[in-house]
Amino acid sequence: MGAKSGKIHTWNRDRIKGQLEIQSMVWPGLIFLFIFSYIPMYGIIIAFKDFNIMSGFAGGDFAGLKYFRQFLTDPQLPLVLKNTVMINLLGLLIGFPAPVLLAVLITELRGKKFRKLAQTVSYLPHFLSWVIFGGIMLELLASGGIVNKLLNMLHLADGSLNLMADPGKFYLIFTVISVIKSIGYGSILYISAITSVDQDMYEAAYIDGANRLQKIAYITIPAIMGTIVIMLIFQISNILNTGFEQVLILQNSLNISASETIDTYVYKIGMTQQRYSYATAVGLFKSIIAVILLWLANKSSNKITGKGLF
Amino acid sequence: MRVEEERKVGGLKPFDIINIIIMIVFIIIMAYPLWFIIVGAFNEGKDYMRGGVYLWPRVWTMDNFKAVFRDRSIIGAFAVTVAKCAVGTVTSVLFTCLVSYGLCRPNLKFRKIYIPFIMFTMFFGGGLIPYFLLIRSLHLYNTFWVYIIPSLFNVWNMIIIQSFMRELPEALNESAKMDGAGEYRIFLQIILPLSKPVIAAIALFTIVGHWNSYFDSMMYTADVSLQTIQLYLKKVITDPSVAAGMGATAARVVPDAAAKITAQSVKLAAMAVTALPVVAIYPFLQKYFVKGMTIGAVKG
Repeated sequence: MGAKSGKIHTWNRDRIKGQLEIQSMVWPGLIFLFIFSYIPMYGIIIAFKDFNIMSGFAGGDFAGLKYFRQFLTDPQLPLVLKNTVMINLLGLLIGFPAPVLLAVLITELRGKKFRKLAQTVSYLPHFLSWVIFGGIMLELLASGGIVNKLLNMLHLADGSLNLMADPGKFYLIFTVISVIKSIGYGSILYISAITSVDQDMYEAAYIDGANRLQKIAYITIPAIMGTIVIMLIFQISNILNTGFEQVLILQNSLNISASETIDTYVYKIGMTQQRYSYATAVGLFKSIIAVILLWLANKSSNKITGKGLF
Repeated sequence: MRVEEERKVGGLKPFDIINIIIMIVFIIIMAYPLWFIIVGAFNEGKDYMRGGVYLWPRVWTMDNFKAVFRDRSIIGAFAVTVAKCAVGTVTSVLFTCLVSYGLCRPNLKFRKIYIPFIMFTMFFGGGLIPYFLLIRSLHLYNTFWVYIIPSLFNVWNMIIIQSFMRELPEALNESAKMDGAGEYRIFLQIILPLSKPVIAAIALFTIVGHWNSYFDSMMYTADVSLQTIQLYLKKVITDPSVAAGMGATAARVVPDAAAKITAQSVKLAAMAVTALPVVAIYPFLQKYFVKGMTIGAVKG
């Protein structure tokens, strides 16, 4: 109800008509979410049933925790879990600080035009699709490709290596490719946080004799700490998440022992083998861990830094 | 900003020089992937196989592009993708704007119920398989509409649009009501035109998302006639038999260059043609998507 609705007689036909109009604007969105978000949530029930494609979510016999037991004893589980966690830990270690560092370096650039150019070019890989960007990376990394040439020139490798066929290198290659693709776009938030810092602070620090690195450490980084914490919480809650598009394009039969993650595994057991109940159970396991991690990361961040998501 | 301050100090410090060098290397790494496909696409296929085409085409040709534009399956995939982008973006932006406007009206009743109902979906979902089964039972599977209807509404975009609309002066709404305008007229004739900056940002996010994704096409369609260009390229990249088929088609449709054209070179040309539309527009919309990103992060 409007705050200023003092007069009773304003509850006339116009008011009711206006309320109906705005309700009719909101309802399509609510119905949409009911269908496309809440019905799939109800569909999780098939993880506890022997799902039958003919009878839908409601049918099928109750199976209890059968599929969760199947998952925990799945010989693939340790490998898939390890790949997923390793890829994400490397992402936290390298991929998370990279955009922060880039934002600091870009905002420290002197020439305005050069700064603008660096920013614009840094967004470029984000706008290439995973098919195209991944496809290019496969070409560059192929034996005889330019990466091999560079490694030979720098005496880091002998001869031509088929880098994408080596499971031992997959985590690192995957992480580096992800960083290149997302570093620029990821830096947008940090750059806008840095540029909104009061310039007088830098002026004052300069008068007090602070050098550039000191200014970065004592003014810039504390100023963007809130943004860093929030992004970190998100990233931690995504530790079992690798997405599909980027993994499926870089995955091949030779590196599969390092590139099979929970997401691609769910896709395969669900879509290729059509073990719907089992795949849903694995997916539910993943979502629950994500919610718990989000809650934990947020709680500890509130405790340590006083900042959090909620 | 900082330029002024440093000018007072004078010359370039070692820090600046190192920073400039890092940034030049960085720019090269960011731009090179795109340059690589363009160079390869303009190079003759057979010659490209010898390797070493990294910086500039060695034997120039347009044959690869000719093969792309004469290949029916590529053109078909492009047509599906363009239709998906156009219809998907217009409907999704309008739908999400309408819901956002309704939600940010101060006199909306039951908002306290609606907002948690909406926000919960951002933190928890049904997952891949229940969603897939839903799409099938709605009979959207393997139809064009599977690209459009499930992405009509996006909560993240709603947050961004809503926070923009909240900044618009409420007096606009009140004076329009005095003149007897209903909420729908106010939305269409006043709010939408004023929301152009945020619409530009959301439209860019949506159109790029539609143009670049292949997972939806792979997951929810089976017919080759419904595949998007990204899915087709994905098959070419990961499945040698599809690549061979494309090479054979290229040799047939560009007969005078049949001996010089390879599946590899046609692939690079198709990748270049697919990448360029987005790469050509994003620098001009930079100020909008930067704004959109920042609003979303602050409010989300």
